[in-house]
Amino acid sequence: MAKEVTNAPVEKKKKVGMTDSNLLLVITVGVFFAMYLGAIVFEGEGFLKPQSFMNMLNANAALIITACGLSLVMITGGIDISVGGVVALVSMTCAMCLDEWGGNIFISILIALGIGLAFGIVQGLLVAYLDIQPFIVSLAGMFFARGMTTIVNTKPFNVANKDFVALKDYRIYIPGLGSYNNAKPPKFIEAYISIGVVVAIAVVILMFVILKWTRFGRNFYAVGGNRQSALMLGINVKRTRFFSHLICGLLAGIGGYVYFLYKGSGSATNAAGMEMDAIAASIIGGTLLTGGVGNIIGTFFGVLSLSTIKDIVTSAGLDDPWWTGITTAGMLCLFLVIQSIIMIYKKKQD
Amino acid sequence: MSGSTTKNKSSFIQILQSMVSNQIFIPIAALLLLALFNLIVDPSFYSITLKESNDGFSTLQGNLISILDFGSELAILAIGMTFVTSASGGQDISVGATIAIAGSAILRILCGDNPRPSELQAPIFVAVIVGCIVAMLFGAFNGVLVSFFNIQPMVATLILFTAGRSIASWINNGQLPDVSFEPSFGYWGTYIPGVPIPTPFFIAVVCFIVTGLILKFTTLGLYSQSVGINESSAKLNGLNPKMIKLVTFVILGLCVGICGFIKVSRLSQINYSVIAKDIEMDAILAVALGGNALGGGKFNMTASILGAYVIQFLTTTLYKYGVSADALPAYKAVVVILLVVFSAPTVRDGLSNFWKKNFGKKAVKEVG
Repeated sequence: MAKEVTNAPVEKKKKVGMTDSNLLLVITVGVFFAMYLGAIVFEGEGFLKPQSFMNMLNANAALIITACGLSLVMITGGIDISVGGVVALVSMTCAMCLDEWGGNIFISILIALGIGLAFGIVQGLLVAYLDIQPFIVSLAGMFFARGMTTIVNTKPFNVANKDFVALKDYRIYIPGLGSYNNAKPPKFIEAYISIGVVVAIAVVILMFVILKWTRFGRNFYAVGGNRQSALMLGINVKRTRFFSHLICGLLAGIGGYVYFLYKGSGSATNAAGMEMDAIAASIIGGTLLTGGVGNIIGTFFGVLSLSTIKDIVTSAGLDDPWWTGITTAGMLCLFLVIQSIIMIYKKKQD
Repeated sequence: MSGSTTKNKSSFIQILQSMVSNQIFIPIAALLLLALFNLIVDPSFYSITLKESNDGFSTLQGNLISILDFGSELAILAIGMTFVTSASGGQDISVGATIAIAGSAILRILCGDNPRPSELQAPIFVAVIVGCIVAMLFGAFNGVLVSFFNIQPMVATLILFTAGRSIASWINNGQLPDVSFEPSFGYWGTYIPGVPIPTPFFIAVVCFIVTGLILKFTTLGLYSQSVGINESSAKLNGLNPKMIKLVTFVILGLCVGICGFIKVSRLSQINYSVIAKDIEMDAILAVALGGNALGGGKFNMTASILGAYVIQFLTTTLYKYGVSADALPAYKAVVVILLVVFSAPTVRDGLSNFWKKNFGKKAVKEVG
């Protein structure tokens, strides 16, 4: 099965002349299905249950949202490594708002959006209008966010706000999808998803539509592909780059709230290494670091692939804490090298 | 107004302008600003005392000494970071994680499989050499990704940035080895008995001298600058840009190895998640504060080294006013942003225009 999948894109490319974006998307989706099948075959039936797939979505909803924003920035030719820090800052500030400052859910959501927007606007201004390297700006953003998180509060704590806990534990059951448990007689348990997954799927669809079918969205590809020619086509390059960072910041804020809903706690160590996961997911999803190529659906599958491989590593008995970090890095490294080889190969062909 | 004073004044302005345009002016100005701030707010910041330590030898203690101490390892890192920045136009953000790897490797060699050995399993210099080689290998890994696979330096080093500490704890099977039973290992990160000045400073001075000799007698500095300024024209001139980039990353690896040795020697033990935390930010900041373009090209090593000490000055000052170690990055991030904003070409042009408009005219009027 795995062999078929890896062979498919190469053949197709010769016949149809696939674009970079589609080729990389096919690779990603193929890799995901191959890995999930491999997991079912080698790691047992656990992966076959609908709920285990839904749990993967539940756990990764926040990552999907932030990775979508990051993909947008990368398509435009920039990068943002502050998203993990923003997620941590949002979760800590919202936790403090709900438990200590007497706010309600509505206010905490506003705070989350505000923090995300603020980071997006400031970083966007610096990158687009002052032409500072996006990496330096977002590195500073990351350290600023992480530092601010500990300034807001140092001790990790679980949020006890009743409304929040109700929202956190709210389950949306999917009718007809589920599995029988081990009780006698077996009882049918419906699979459920959390509110975060609904938000994540909405974000994915919205971003996909914007990038595919609106002029606003296609400008991002044009700017990422070649800034000079985009300028000559009459695209406002600066504004486009600014908006890519703004949307990424906003999505990091939303992702931060979804992460907060999933974790239900404020902690300075929240979302550690999330920027890495988001970048890895985007790259696995076929977004080129050089810009101009990428697909939100690919990013979605990139997150799932990343999560699957982590699950495989954990269930294979390598549950020492260091293995997840090393596998993610290995995956990222592998896909970076594949991308780079594809690009070098394409350049030679041209 | 007599002619001579105007002449003096204009020559004074000229001297001032040439001083301001000199790259080394930026870190010195920052240093003076910080020094003045501390002098006004609390002069006791500068007090240095001779304290007798537990083993009967007296050592110097004080804020300035700790700046000299901790600034030295940062300065060593800044050397490597300057080369990398110059040649590849990007920074290595994995230095903190690679320090953890190098430190872990050194302790692994010293302790063997048992995290609490009764005696060292290998001579210290063997462990240090192994640590440096390990760090250089990881530097070469980054370098290969950057030069041969054309990946942006910061993305390529992002791999080790997150995986590095995991690898470090994997090297020692997650255990925390301790070599505090061997005092001679601790000398390198603290004090050699009888010498009141912290040892890292001497290590740093040796590194400075070696770097100075390399820059003076080899073409490495020239080559890395020309690769950073224009890679394709450097290639047309017969240089091998890929190899030069790789070499700069390996040099950074060596610096990281030395720094890792100092770090583990300080405590004679290691904590994977805390060791050299956020040091990549400081190292990049040192290069930026030295007035070097973060986009590659020309560099000034002296300014970078001075920048490292200024950063440590800032850190120590912030510590003194009760900023916790976890919150430090937030303040430094603001400094970084201010620095890059003021060195951004658009802002610079705007400022110099503003300067000319408001102060240029005045000088003309006075002369008239």
